[in-house]
Amino acid sequence: MKFSYYPGCTLKTKAKDLDRYARAACEALGVDLAELPEWQCCGAVYTMAKDEIASKLSSVRALASARDLGTDLVTLCSACHNVIKQVNNDMRTNADIALRANNYLKLDTPYTGETNVLHFLEMLRDRVGFDALKAKVTNPLTGRKIGAYYGCLLLRPSKVMAMDDAENPTIIEDFIRAIGATPVVYGMRNECCGGYVTLENKGSAKKRSSAVLESAKSKGADTVVTACPLCLYNLKKNGGTDGVDVVYFTELLAEALGVK
Amino acid sequence: MSHDKKQAQLDEILAASGVDVRKCMRCGKCTATCPAFDEMEYHPHQFVYMVEKGQIDKLAASPSIWQCLSCFACMERCPRQVEPAKLIEAVRLSVIRAKGANHLKPEEIPALLDADLPQQAITSAFRKYSK
Ligand code: SF4
Ligand code: SF4
Repeated sequence: MKFSYYPGCTLKTKAKDLDRYARAACEALGVDLAELPEWQCCGAVYTMAKDEIASKLSSVRALASARDLGTDLVTLCSACHNVIKQVNNDMRTNADIALRANNYLKLDTPYTGETNVLHFLEMLRDRVGFDALKAKVTNPLTGRKIGAYYGCLLLRPSKVMAMDDAENPTIIEDFIRAIGATPVVYGMRNECCGGYVTLENKGSAKKRSSAVLESAKSKGADTVVTACPLCLYNLKKNGGTDGVDVVYFTELLAEALGVK
Repeated sequence: MSHDKKQAQLDEILAASGVDVRKCMRCGKCTATCPAFDEMEYHPHQFVYMVEKGQIDKLAASPSIWQCLSCFACMERCPRQVEPAKLIEAVRLSVIRAKGANHLKPEEIPALLDADLPQQAITSAFRKYSK
């Protein structure tokens, strides 16, 4: 099983664990995750305006290079995943954006949304399979009560992300079961942590993040998992609730597979 | 601003956002679900209404445009697919695209850093607050 992989900037710097444990887990699972030979920062947030072209180009380059390699493209950071999938959708469905982006890039073959983009969790669910994953677990996290934190970017907009039901998701809970732990469902699992507003308005980020952690704690979670470096930062730094740990889901995956 | 200029600005915002403000039925669901509600002077449903009324100046001058988290909740949950966040983004862009109007400047960054802050936070803030 071979995929192109887009790690993104933050996974090379402050979020090395998110990346490192994913790679170790893939080795254990027999998945060949090949980092794209060249990639640039996706910009971290999707620009919604129809006349924003330059800010979409780095995603198009990554998408086109995965196409040229003949592979699906796996992303891991929730933000990269959101940006790249939304740009891919624009290239497929918005002729004006596709034309203007291709005019800039002058690729050998114009790109029109051919690449299939998968979040790492989708790759686990749809390609590896949660049952097959479960069979490879050597160190099941029995007894751990884990809350899935989806935040905003994994699921929304649901028509484009097409990953799971945006209001009643199950993909991370199913993952938690596959590694032997018990999922904890709580109200705020798909609400925002405050995102980049932590730079502009710390008070707002603090309110949002503590609401998420309090909600997880009230349902008995001892740990919350995320796929997003900014969610991890906000929950830990701005949310900071005693008794609830916040970790990347890949760390628990590596732990369960005995490769941490 | 002259009438023509105002109309041009409104047209640009409508085109850039792709939002059809006339579809809004003022149910307020976008505002009810907005996590930045407390921080905003004008709320998502008011953005839609005020754009329809052509009150762009008020929106452009409001601190509300910097408080949207781009969480896509109002887009996902609007029963009429109006998608107010796209309007907020278009108004914000119309402000920062003007010369010298960046809301966040590189020289302000060092004071905002701490040891754990992910690069993603800085990159996204620049995308939202500067051109
Ligand atoms: S949710 Fe949609 S229809 Fe309801 S007020 Fe907001 S924009 Fe209008
Ligand atoms: S995208 Fe912005 S306006 Fe819409 S719900 Fe989220 S924070 Fe509120």
